[in-house]
Amino acid sequence: MDKMESIEQFKTFRKKRLGKRDSVIATIVVPAGTCGRASGAGRIIHIIEQELAGKNLIGKIAMRVTGCHGFCEMEPSLLIEPENTFYPKVDPYKIPSIIEAVVRREVLEELLLKDPHTGRPLARQDELPFYSKQVRTILSRNERIDPVSIESYIDDGGYSATVRVFEKAEPKWIVSEVKASGLRGRGGAGFPTGLKWEMFASQPNGRGKYLVCNADEGDPGAYMDRSVLEGNPHGIIEGMIIGAYGTGATEGILYVRNEYPLAIKNFDIALQQARQSGLLGKNILGTDFSFDITIVRGAGAFVCGEETAMIHSIEGKMGEPRQRPPFPIQKGIKGRPTAINNVETWANIPVIIEDGAHAFSSTGTKNNCGTKIFSLVGKIRNTGLVEVPMGISIKEIIDDIGGGPSGKARIKAVQTGGPSGGCIPADKFDIPIDYDSLTKVGSIMGSGGMIVMDENTCMVDIAKYFMNFLKDESCGKCFTCRKGIQRMYEILDDISKGRGTLEQLDLLDELAVVVKDTSMCGLGQTASNPVLSTLRYFRDEYIEHVAKKHCPAGVCRELISYLINENCTGCRACVKVCPVGAITGLKKERHTIDTVKCIKCGACRSTCKFEAVDV
Amino acid sequence: MVNLVINGLHVSVERGTTLLEAAKFLGFPIPTLCHIDGLSPYGACRLCVVEIGEDSNAKLVSSCTYPAEEGLKVRTASSRVLRARKMILELLLASCPQSKVIQDLASAHGIRQQRFKQEHDDCILCGLCVRMCEEQMMAKAIGFRNRGQKRTIGTPFDIKSEVCRLCGGCMYVCPACQLRCTYNEPEKAICGGCANLTPPCVEKEQFDDMMCYMDPCVACEIKKD
Amino acid sequence: MKQETKSPAGQENVCLQQDINTKDIRRIVEIHNNRPGRLLAILGDIQSIYTYLPEESLRIVADETGCSLVDIYGVATFYSSFSMRPRGKHLVCACLGTACHVRKGAMIAEELERQLGIKAGQTTPDREFTLETVNCLGACAIGPIVTVDGHYFSKVDTSKVKHILEKARTEMLQDDESLAAASDK
Repeated sequence: MDKMESIEQFKTFRKKRLGKRDSVIATIVVPAGTCGRASGAGRIIHIIEQELAGKNLIGKIAMRVTGCHGFCEMEPSLLIEPENTFYPKVDPYKIPSIIEAVVRREVLEELLLKDPHTGRPLARQDELPFYSKQVRTILSRNERIDPVSIESYIDDGGYSATVRVFEKAEPKWIVSEVKASGLRGRGGAGFPTGLKWEMFASQPNGRGKYLVCNADEGDPGAYMDRSVLEGNPHGIIEGMIIGAYGTGATEGILYVRNEYPLAIKNFDIALQQARQSGLLGKNILGTDFSFDITIVRGAGAFVCGEETAMIHSIEGKMGEPRQRPPFPIQKGIKGRPTAINNVETWANIPVIIEDGAHAFSSTGTKNNCGTKIFSLVGKIRNTGLVEVPMGISIKEIIDDIGGGPSGKARIKAVQTGGPSGGCIPADKFDIPIDYDSLTKVGSIMGSGGMIVMDENTCMVDIAKYFMNFLKDESCGKCFTCRKGIQRMYEILDDISKGRGTLEQLDLLDELAVVVKDTSMCGLGQTASNPVLSTLRYFRDEYIEHVAKKHCPAGVCRELISYLINENCTGCRACVKVCPVGAITGLKKERHTIDTVKCIKCGACRSTCKFEAVDV
Repeated sequence: MVNLVINGLHVSVERGTTLLEAAKFLGFPIPTLCHIDGLSPYGACRLCVVEIGEDSNAKLVSSCTYPAEEGLKVRTASSRVLRARKMILELLLASCPQSKVIQDLASAHGIRQQRFKQEHDDCILCGLCVRMCEEQMMAKAIGFRNRGQKRTIGTPFDIKSEVCRLCGGCMYVCPACQLRCTYNEPEKAICGGCANLTPPCVEKEQFDDMMCYMDPCVACEIKKD
Repeated sequence: MKQETKSPAGQENVCLQQDINTKDIRRIVEIHNNRPGRLLAILGDIQSIYTYLPEESLRIVADETGCSLVDIYGVATFYSSFSMRPRGKHLVCACLGTACHVRKGAMIAEELERQLGIKAGQTTPDREFTLETVNCLGACAIGPIVTVDGHYFSKVDTSKVKHILEKARTEMLQDDESLAAASDK
């Protein structure tokens, strides 16, 4: 694509593409983000290519390889446009017949998902319960575009918001629109973006002003940002161009974690395309506005998601947070004003400019506008990314969209906000999902991780898991954060191994409060949340560990033992999977587990078809 | 000049003054461990925390690093602050019980016990030695390595430093290793508040130059009851 | 102040003195315009050549950028993706994210440790495998995840570990076909 030197050239280019006649009758869309590829999408793409070439269908049936659509549980999946037929868990061998069906404009019913209540096969994606309550403002674009094609993005209406902004030529208008939309930072804290930008815009830019996209998605269990970066990098670029124009920023940085190679690759390609087209660099589209974006890769530090730690990391130092004031918008990278926003926040900017602040603020609830993408994972049937309006209840997400528990065990809790968040018990599932309600129950919105836990999850183990994570991710500067988290872990370890006392539970409470109060940065200040929330809602589990030396969920290994009951048919399936050879028994006879050798990995339990292994 | 309110008293200080300096000016005692005049403030030990703000916005910040702000309301000894200090001192005793500086602080705040698993660390990572070496001695021979629980201070690659001039400044400022509790000098011993910790006579393998000066040992006497 | 280095037993034989090409290191620093702010990128580039950060390379970087060795060493040890020890031919990562943990991800990591005979963070004596654990690889819906040299294995359980390691040894990790076959088993 040639470099465009003016707004007019852009409009002409876009018009030309829209006017192009398309002979394609149908498009097979293959979601191939990291999840998709790990599930075998690469092979599927290869086979489709071969089939289309071999059957002479190129030009009649198109294939579009996209990023993640969100229904990761069902990948590798296929979406057939224009009917929006959804084929889940596609078997590569069935691809030729699927393609034939597409040619005939028919649907293979036996391959479709069935309605969980009626059993009726569901052909269209929007009929599926998983999609029905979602409002896929951001994620739907992942379906419609090829992430590494700027033309594809422009065809879908991309960069029109940018043109609109340039034509209006009123930077202040951008900030006021974002403010009016009510957008709050999607990274976790939920600070009003418009307010941040207003303060940032008033800072002088003589020595440079930075805009940063925070893609250091470190929360375990959260991968929304990865999907947006992989599936729609131009959307982020456009958001940043608009943001820079509105606030006077001179340089942009994408700080992305090292563990997202596909996202980095796609974003890099998109940057090059934007530069080649004249949408990034000096004198964008012939205006006197210049702006470009550099990619800075993280190096495996969760704490670098914190604003001041990220600034230090970008400066080539250790990712140690520093005290605020001064705030990043006053003094950030190299002492210059810096505004940091999350990937999802950036993705919402073109939407706000395109659709208008009023439209944006009509979704969601008062003070919590717009949609939010959550990663719904754990012990839930339909795992994946869901985009829902703010204010929807947890119950609706778990039951309607998620489809309920993945196994027989009842869902007990939902953990939101990653290591900075807390566990919300099932009896509170009717609360709306918004920044304030979640804080009130002792958790936080966080970046959007939503981990579903059932009766086989031990809450003491969960608290211990998070402390284990945080004690290595803390930068270690603040004594209370470093030592406090370590000591909380020690106590939880004692409790999980049957050595806990009731006094230790009180000590844990006291310590958690002090760590929360005295730590300097967000990591330490929220580190206590998993402990405090599990103590608040699941204290009975703690007491059972301490008083009865028993783990009700059957997880804490020192407190459980595996036994084979009379259901055993002697099929020896468990013997084969036991990694330490702890199971003995003759064929057709009830087996026994050597409890000394047994490491309680659970392999036998998950293999046994007769429910013969008890905990 | 910046006007703020500390413990109900109005004070005017120059821009750039920290809350710690302002409180000292008014005579309010705030304990510190990682702060020393002449070196830049770091804010690692968290002992100097004070409460600022009001109602739901109230929070604790380290006074050694927080600059005075116009109209700020500061409380140096609210219950939240005292609770935090006590817990921090317990944690310090649990890590570094042999440090006289920490014992004195604990004693002054009425800490008589620590409820954690006893460790005997040489270092609390206050960073005084690092700042001494960099700022006063201009050598920068030692620094922080690793992160979180594994964070330590040392020379790069743990080998002899080419820039270290063996000045001993790092040991001079260290609250943990230089100023060990010297039980064999009665004038320097603290009030006996260490009695509830593991008595040094039992831990002789850890610190064999530590002698119990009391005969019979008060610690042993108390424990017998 | 700790002067002694604690190294896990059996790792000394893995720490070879590698020949560091000074010109290569200088070139890397130059590519990043000698900017101290590009330190993470510089170290990342050095590690992609040598599989770790050799002591000598850090000294060269200190000279070329003007940063103190103390700071560079601090940065090199602060970030988890940098290794101060040579890595094996294959890098095996087990995900310990929350979603994977809830699906017994910790057991997978233990099984890998058992089968490779090393602990996480170590390299096998034959220098074939380095085992690391990562706090979330971002493929949470299809966990537990194990990656080998960047290729993802999804929905792993302890019985599949042997197969994954075999596949890694025979280097059949280029195309997605083998990945799909492993996951289907």
